[in-house]
Amino acid sequence: MAVAPERPRIYEGSRIPSPVPTILAIPPELRDSEDILEVNFGPNHPSTHGVLRLVVELHGERVVGLRAVVGYLHTGFEKNMEAKSWWKAITYSPRIDYLSFQNNELVFVLGVEKLLGLAVPTKATWMRMCLAELNRIHSHLVWLATAALELGAISMFWYCFRERDQILDLFEMVTGTRMHTRYYQVGGLAADIPPGFFPEAREFIDWMPKAVSEYESLVDRNAIWLERTKGVGLLSAEDAIALGQTGPVLRGSGVDWDLRKAQPYLAYDEVEFGVPVYENGDVWDRYKVHMDEMRESTRIVAQCLDRLEEMEGEPWIANDRKVVLPPREELHTSMESLIHHFKIVTEGFCVPEGEVYVPVESPRGELGCYLVSDGGPKPWRVKFRAPSFVALEATATCMSDALVADLIAIVGSLDTVMGEVDR
Amino acid sequence: MEQGEELGETTLVVDPARVEEACLHLRDQEGFNMLADVTPTDYLGWGSRGVAGYIGNSWGRDLNSPGAQGYARQPAPKPKRFALNYHLVSIPAGRRVRVQAWLDEDEAVSSVVSVWPTADWHEREAWDMMGIRIEGHPNLSRILMEDDWEGHPLRKDYPIGGEPVRFSGEE
Repeated sequence: MAVAPERPRIYEGSRIPSPVPTILAIPPELRDSEDILEVNFGPNHPSTHGVLRLVVELHGERVVGLRAVVGYLHTGFEKNMEAKSWWKAITYSPRIDYLSFQNNELVFVLGVEKLLGLAVPTKATWMRMCLAELNRIHSHLVWLATAALELGAISMFWYCFRERDQILDLFEMVTGTRMHTRYYQVGGLAADIPPGFFPEAREFIDWMPKAVSEYESLVDRNAIWLERTKGVGLLSAEDAIALGQTGPVLRGSGVDWDLRKAQPYLAYDEVEFGVPVYENGDVWDRYKVHMDEMRESTRIVAQCLDRLEEMEGEPWIANDRKVVLPPREELHTSMESLIHHFKIVTEGFCVPEGEVYVPVESPRGELGCYLVSDGGPKPWRVKFRAPSFVALEATATCMSDALVADLIAIVGSLDTVMGEVDR
Repeated sequence: MEQGEELGETTLVVDPARVEEACLHLRDQEGFNMLADVTPTDYLGWGSRGVAGYIGNSWGRDLNSPGAQGYARQPAPKPKRFALNYHLVSIPAGRRVRVQAWLDEDEAVSSVVSVWPTADWHEREAWDMMGIRIEGHPNLSRILMEDDWEGHPLRKDYPIGGEPVRFSGEE
C-alpha cells in the first residue's frame, strides 16, 4: 500500500500573475541571479501534446518564470470556412479539435440550425447525444493514455487505446469513417442508424465501467502516480473562474458548472447523469473528474440506446428540401430532387441574416461557436471559442510553485489539443 | 447603451470608450462573473459583392439565373466596420449576455484584462487576427501568427492564398 504524501491545500486569495496574467515573471530577488537557466520546452517535445512551446526559467529545479507560446499549428480554419458554403464548412469543424470531432461538428450544426430556425427530428437529437457522449469517452481515453504515459505509466496507453479502438469501430459502423465523421447534417443525420449498431454499442457500454475500474486499479494506489499528481498544479475556484476555465479543469477546482446541466441542449434534460466535482484543484482532482465523467457518459449512452431502439423507422433528418439533401434513391427518378441536390451541393442553401453564439460542453469544456450570416449561402464569420486555448492561459497560475517535473503533469492535466488552440 | 434581443440571445451595444466600465458593472452588479469569449467581426463589404471570394449579388437574388449565389434580400447595414463581441456568462445563474462595441479602423477599445484575466489571450487574438487596437493591454503582441507577420488575416480585405510562404533556402 502506497503512502500518500502530505497534500498541499488549496490556497487562499489569488495567485494569478500580474500585470500579465499568463506570464510568470521571475521574482525580483532572483532577477540578477546567475543561476537562472532558460529552457525551451517544445515546440517539438513529445509531452506538449502537439506543438506547444513553453519558455521556462529554472532556478535549480524550481520553475520561476514561464511563458507559453502558441500558434505553431495555426491553419486558418475560420478564414477557410468563410469561403465555403454552410454545407461544405461542416467538414472543417471536426478537424479543429481532432479528439472531440463529434462535438465540434455538433456545435457548428446547432448554430446553423438556430439561425435557420430548423426543427430536428427526435431520433437525430438522441443519436447526436449518443455519439457526443461516446466521443467524450474517446477523448478522455486519449487524454488518460497520453497524460499517464508522460508520467511513466506506459502500460496505461495500451489499455486505453484498446477501448478507444472499440469506440472508433462503432463510429466506423455508423458513419463509415473512424475520425472526422461528418455524420451530422444541418437538419439531422447523414444516414439512418445501421442494423448491428445497438448490440455492438451495448456490449461496449457493459464493458466500459469495468475498464474504467481497471485503469484506476493500475494507478490509484501507485506511489509514483500519487506523488506526482496530488497537490500539484493548484488552481482555486476563484482563479479558475477569473481565468475563464471550463470543463474538467473548472470542476476539478470545485465549481459545479456543466452546460449539459446548467443550460441543457439536445435532450440532456431528459437523461439522468451526475456531474462529478472535486474540491482541491490539483492534477489528481482533474484526473478523478475525467474518470468519473467516463462512467457518467456510459450511463447517458445506455439511456440513449434505450430510447433510440424504440424509434425504429422514424425519420432521422428534417423534411425541408431547401436545406436537406433529398434521399439518394430519389435522384434516379425525380427531376426536382436532382435539382435540389445539385443546388445544395454547388450553390449551397441560404441562411437568414443574424448572429448566434451556441455553447456546448465538449470533453474539454465550453466549446462555443459564434456565427454571423448575411443571408447568403456562405458564413460571414465563424469563430470557435476553444476551451483548450483558454485552458493554456492557466499554465502560469498553476505553475507558481511547481518543480520542473511537475510541469509535464500540469500541462497534461489541462487537457489541451493544439489543433483547437491554434485553429 | 442599447439592448437588443435576437434568437433568444441578449446583446448590449456599448460605446467603445466605456467597455471596461460596462464590463465592471456587469461583473460586480449583475453577476456575470466569467468572460467566455471575445470575438471581433469585420463587416467590410457587408451587403456588396466581391469580398474575400464571396460571390454576392447586391441587387437581390434571382433564382432563375444560373449560378445565382446571393441574398434573398439586402442585409441590414452596420454602423461601423468592426464589431467586438464579449460573451459573458453568469455562474451559477446560467445567464448569458453579449456585449458589443462598434469600431472604425482607427478606433481603439479599452482592455478588460483588469476585469477578467482571461481576456489576455482573447484580446491578443483580436489584435493579431483582426487588427483591433486594444488600449491598456499589458502585453499586446501577436499570438497565433509570427511576430513579424504583416497584415491581419481574418480581415475581409486579406485574401485567402495571397500570403507569401517562406521556406528554408530562400533568401
